[in-house]
Amino acid sequence: MTTARIVVTLKNGVLDPQGKAIEGALGTLNFQGVGKVRQGKVFDVELDTKDRAKAESDLNAMCEKLLANTVIEDYAVEIVEE
Amino acid sequence: MRTAVILLPGLNRDRDMIAAITKISGKPPVTVWQTETEIPNVDLIVIPGGFSYGDYLRCGAIGARMPVMEALRKKAEAGVRVIGVCNGFQILLETGLLPGALMRNASLKFVCREVKLEVTNAGTPFTASYRQGEIIRCPVAHHDGNYFADGETLARLNGNGQVVFRYAEGSNPNGSIEDIAGIVSEAGNVLGLMPHPENLIETAHGGTDGRGIFENALGLSDLAGAA
Repeated sequence: MTTARIVVTLKNGVLDPQGKAIEGALGTLNFQGVGKVRQGKVFDVELDTKDRAKAESDLNAMCEKLLANTVIEDYAVEIVEE
Repeated sequence: MRTAVILLPGLNRDRDMIAAITKISGKPPVTVWQTETEIPNVDLIVIPGGFSYGDYLRCGAIGARMPVMEALRKKAEAGVRVIGVCNGFQILLETGLLPGALMRNASLKFVCREVKLEVTNAGTPFTASYRQGEIIRCPVAHHDGNYFADGETLARLNGNGQVVFRYAEGSNPNGSIEDIAGIVSEAGNVLGLMPHPENLIETAHGGTDGRGIFENALGLSDLAGAA
């Protein structure tokens, strides 16, 4: 089995109102020196394979076809356990 | 003329849409469930609004991957007219039939109110009965209506006249880039828009500003044939 973590983030230049609201809330809680906050998504995916190359190619395809909207989002795939 | 309405779990404007289409075309639309792999021969296919799959992952993302969408793609490529309203617009973007993406409203608030729309292209099959630059009223009700596309896509949309409706007179309710409220595909037969024209089609609604979109799409307006 392979376990992977996929992180999806908004592309640079895409407005992130949710990140901005979180940024504001951190300020309200008196955290000093907080710069920009951007919100993203994390997917932990288990795959029934030990073939790392196949896992990576499947995970990238999953990102392209469903997990990320590449119009507005970037994604990064990391194999965390083989 | 025959019409079809695509149904997915979580949509909630389907009954309004069916009622509007029935009233305007004189015949109830065929309803097509998400798992169908074929859509019957019709003149107009509509995806109504709502929250298909609870907006999980991204609004419209899961619905756009259902089997019926492949059938929709074939119909759209064959030139059949398609309208996606609200969640239907979000789904059309997620299928790639229209370019761009719809994101969370800049205000982070759900907006439910009337806006003013400018008809920025009266030369499409959906807008032929309107005047270029005409300001119409239309209700909106959404949380994710903030249209985004990169500079290259925007330039293409503007150059091809694909931006059909813009929020007018400072009424942009969601932070949409360039006040974009509705666009058509490059071929012109697929329309996606956030506002709900199906809720302004008879005088009991307080106006009929949205009726023309359906009449035009169905070839029922005097001017629709010219587009």
